[in-house]
Amino acid sequence: MESKISITNLDFYYGKEQALFDITLEIPPREVVAFIGPSGCGKSTFLRTLNRMNDTIPIARVTGTVLIDGENIYRPGMDVVALRRKVGMVFQKSNPFPKSIFENVAYGIRINGLHSGKSDLDARVEKALRDAALWDEVKDRLSTSAFGLSGGQQQRLCIARALAVQPDVILMDEPASALDPIATQKIEELVVGLKQDYTIVIVTHNMQQAARVSDRTAFFMLGKLVEYNPTQKMFTNPDEKLTEDYITGRFG
Amino acid sequence: MAQIGALGDKIYRSVLLIAASSILLIVFAIFYMMIQNSMPTIQRFGIGFLFASEWNPSQQMYGALPFIYGTVVSSLIAILIAVPVSLGIAIFLVEQAPAKVARPIAFMVELLAAIPSVVYGLWGIFVLAPFIRNHLGPVLQDYLGFLPLFQGRLTGIGMLTGGIILAIMITPIITAVVRDVLDAVPTTQREAALALGATKWETTMVVLGNAASGIAGAVVLGLGRAVGETMAVTMVIGNSPQISASLFEPAYTIASVLAANFADATEELYLSALIEMGLVLFLVTLVINALAKLLIMSVANKTNAAKHV
Amino acid sequence: MERTMSTHNTRRRVVNAFMTALTAACAISVTLILLIILAYIAYQGVTSISIEFLIDTPKPVGEGGGIGNAIVGSAMMTLLAALIGLPIGIAAGVYLAEFGKNWYGNIVRFVADTLIGVPSIIIGIFIYTLIVIPMGRQSGLAGGIALAIIMIPIVARTTEEMILLVPNSMREGALALGAPQWRVSWNIVLPAAASGIATGAMLAIARITGETAPLLFTALNSRFYNFFYDQPMSSLTVQIYNYATGPFAVEHAMAWAATLLLVGLILVINIIVRFLTRKKH
Repeated sequence: MESKISITNLDFYYGKEQALFDITLEIPPREVVAFIGPSGCGKSTFLRTLNRMNDTIPIARVTGTVLIDGENIYRPGMDVVALRRKVGMVFQKSNPFPKSIFENVAYGIRINGLHSGKSDLDARVEKALRDAALWDEVKDRLSTSAFGLSGGQQQRLCIARALAVQPDVILMDEPASALDPIATQKIEELVVGLKQDYTIVIVTHNMQQAARVSDRTAFFMLGKLVEYNPTQKMFTNPDEKLTEDYITGRFG
Repeated sequence: MAQIGALGDKIYRSVLLIAASSILLIVFAIFYMMIQNSMPTIQRFGIGFLFASEWNPSQQMYGALPFIYGTVVSSLIAILIAVPVSLGIAIFLVEQAPAKVARPIAFMVELLAAIPSVVYGLWGIFVLAPFIRNHLGPVLQDYLGFLPLFQGRLTGIGMLTGGIILAIMITPIITAVVRDVLDAVPTTQREAALALGATKWETTMVVLGNAASGIAGAVVLGLGRAVGETMAVTMVIGNSPQISASLFEPAYTIASVLAANFADATEELYLSALIEMGLVLFLVTLVINALAKLLIMSVANKTNAAKHV
Repeated sequence: MERTMSTHNTRRRVVNAFMTALTAACAISVTLILLIILAYIAYQGVTSISIEFLIDTPKPVGEGGGIGNAIVGSAMMTLLAALIGLPIGIAAGVYLAEFGKNWYGNIVRFVADTLIGVPSIIIGIFIYTLIVIPMGRQSGLAGGIALAIIMIPIVARTTEEMILLVPNSMREGALALGAPQWRVSWNIVLPAAASGIATGAMLAIARITGETAPLLFTALNSRFYNFFYDQPMSSLTVQIYNYATGPFAVEHAMAWAATLLLVGLILVINIIVRFLTRKKH
C-alpha cells in the first residue's frame, strides 16, 4: 500500500542544537499513528515538521525529505498555506478564536473560499460539527461565544474547525492532555471514528491512549526514533529492549 | 530587638505611605486650585462658556468653543493619520520583522517619543509648514479642492499642520501600546489560524481580533496625548480663535491658548477664563486616560501594555 | 470551481504581500521621519553653535548672544526637580511595590497613571496658582517644583516595576533570617533594584529637561545669568520657543543651535539607558 506520508532521513535543528536525528518513517493512509516517548524526546517537534509549523521559529532548520502524497513539502517554492489546509492540526490546549461557535468553524471555510453561498456555509459548518460529535450539544447556541463551552467541548470545536477545511491528514498534539477522563474518552472515540476518512497522527504521553486509539506506534527517545511497529506488537512484543522498558514503566 | 524591628517597620511604612499619598494629594490639589481660580468665569458665564464662540479679552468676551473645536479637530486629524500608521508599525514589529530588524526600528520609534515638544514645534515651523505650503497643500487643493476642507489660503500654518505634527508625536505611544497588546496575544491563536491554512496576513487579522479592546485603549490613549499636547501645536496651528471649515486656516487649541496667553493675562476675568479652559482640559484628559487604562487592562492586565498609561 | 478557487488564492496571496509591504512601509517611513528630524537639527545646529554661544546671554538682535544663562537655568531647575521628585517618586514606588497590593495601592496606581497623562501645561497652571500668585512673581523655584510634579508619578511607576523584578526568593531569604521588613526592603531589595531605578530616573530627567509648557509662566524667562531660585529663570526650552517664534533669522539659527544641544543631551541619555538595560537582559 502507498504511504500517505513518507519521511526520509529527517534532521531538525534549533539553532546549533540538533533536536531530531535521522528519522525515517512511513505513515499509511487512513490509519491512526501514535507518537509516544518521554517529554522532551522530540515527538511534538517531529509532528510539527509535518505541516511545517516549525517555520514560525526563526532559528529552526530541517534537512531530509517529507513526502505527502509524493510531494516533498520542504521543496523550494512549496505553498505552505495550501499544505496546512491539507494537513490540519489540533493543539495540546484548545485554542478557539474569541468568536462565536459558528464563526470558529466557519473561519477556515471562509478564508479558503470553500463555500458557495450562505446555505453551503451553514451546511459545511454543521457537517464539521457533526463529524466532531459536537453538533447535538451546540446546535441551539451556535452564535454564542466559544469560550462558553467546557474544555472538552472546546477541544472538539477545534477538531471541527480543523475538519471544516477538508484536510487529508490531521495532526493532534496531545489533544486530551488537559482534559478530564470523560472528555478524554470522547476525544478518543472521535479519533477512532475519524480514521475512516482521515490519516491521523497523534502525539500522546499516555501509553494506554496510544494502545486504545492507534494502529501503529512510534517510540521516540532523545530525538531518535527507537521503534516503529503495529501497536499490537509494540505493546506485547516490542523489538527493542528500550521500548519494553519504557512501556512497562521501568523509567520516566 | 523585635520591638525595634516593629518600630522601624512602622516608621518605614509611614514614610512611604506619605510619599505615595502625595500623588493623590497633587491631583486633588490641582483640581481644587483650578476650580477655585476659575470661579469668576464659572459664576459669570456658567455652562454657556463652553458654547460661546466669541473670544475677545479686550471686550471681556470669553467663549471657549473655538478652542474646543480646534482641539477636537486637530486631535481627530492626528488620530486619523497616526492610528493606521501605528498599527502598521506594531504589526510589522511583532508579526513580521525578524528580531534583528525589529529591535533597532522599535528603538528609533521610541526615540521619536523622547524628542521634546518644542523641538517638534521648531521643526514644524521651518520644515513641515513650508512643505505643506509648497508641496502637500497644492496637491490637496488640486485633487480635493472642491471640498471646503481644502479651500482657502495656504500659509502652511494652520489646523492641518497642527494635526500632522500631533500625528507624528502620538505615533510612538500608540505603537508602543499596540506592540505590547499584540505581544500579549497567545501564540496558540496564531498557530490555530496558520494550521487552518491562513496566510500571514489572515493570521494577523486573527491576532488583531484578539487584541481589539487593547488597540481601542491605545487609540484612546493617543487621543489623550493629542488633546493635551501643547508646545508644538502652539507653534504651528496659527493661534487664531476661529471656527473654519478649511484645514488650511489657522486655528487654536485649549492647550495652545494657555501657552500663548497665560503669561499676559493679568486681568482677573481673563485669567479665570484661561484657568477654566485648563480645568476642562484637565477633566477631559483624566477621563480619557482612565478609559484608556481600563480598555488596555482588560486585555493585558499582566503584561507590559498597562505601563504606558 | 477549480478556476474560482485559484483566483481566490491568488487574491489572498496578493493581499498578503501588499499588506506585508504596507506595514514595512509604515515602519520605514516613521524611522525616516526621525532621521530627517535629527539630520535637520544637526545640520542647522552645527552651523550656529560655538563656545561664545554656549556661555553668552541673550542680546538684542544683531549683537550675537547665547544661551549660557538658559543652560544654567535648565540645570538648576532640573536639579531642584530631581531633588524633590526622585525621593518622593522612589518612595511612592517602593510603597506600591511593597505594600500596595490593596485597594489603596490600586487607587494610587490608577491616579499616578492618570497624572502621567495630564498635559504638562496643566501642571504649569497649578503651580502658577499655588506658588507664583502668592509669591508675586515667577521664579526658578516654581519652575523646578512644576517639573518635580511631572517626575513623581513617572518615577513612582518605574520604581515599582523595577522592584517587582527582584526575585521574591531574595526577600524571603532575608526575612527568614529574622530581619525586619524595612531592613529587607532598604538593604536587600532596593540595592538589587538600584540600577533599574537609576535608569528610570535618568529617563525621567531626560523627559523634564525637554519640558517647556510647565515653565512658560512659572519660571518665565530671564535675559541674565541668575543663580537664585526666587527669581525668574531662563531655560533652554523656553529660550528655543522664544527664538523660534521670533521674527529674525539670527534668532532662528540660535533656536536650532540650542535644539542641537538639548536633543543631543536627551538622545545621549536615551542611548546610554538603552545600552545599560540591554546588557542586563
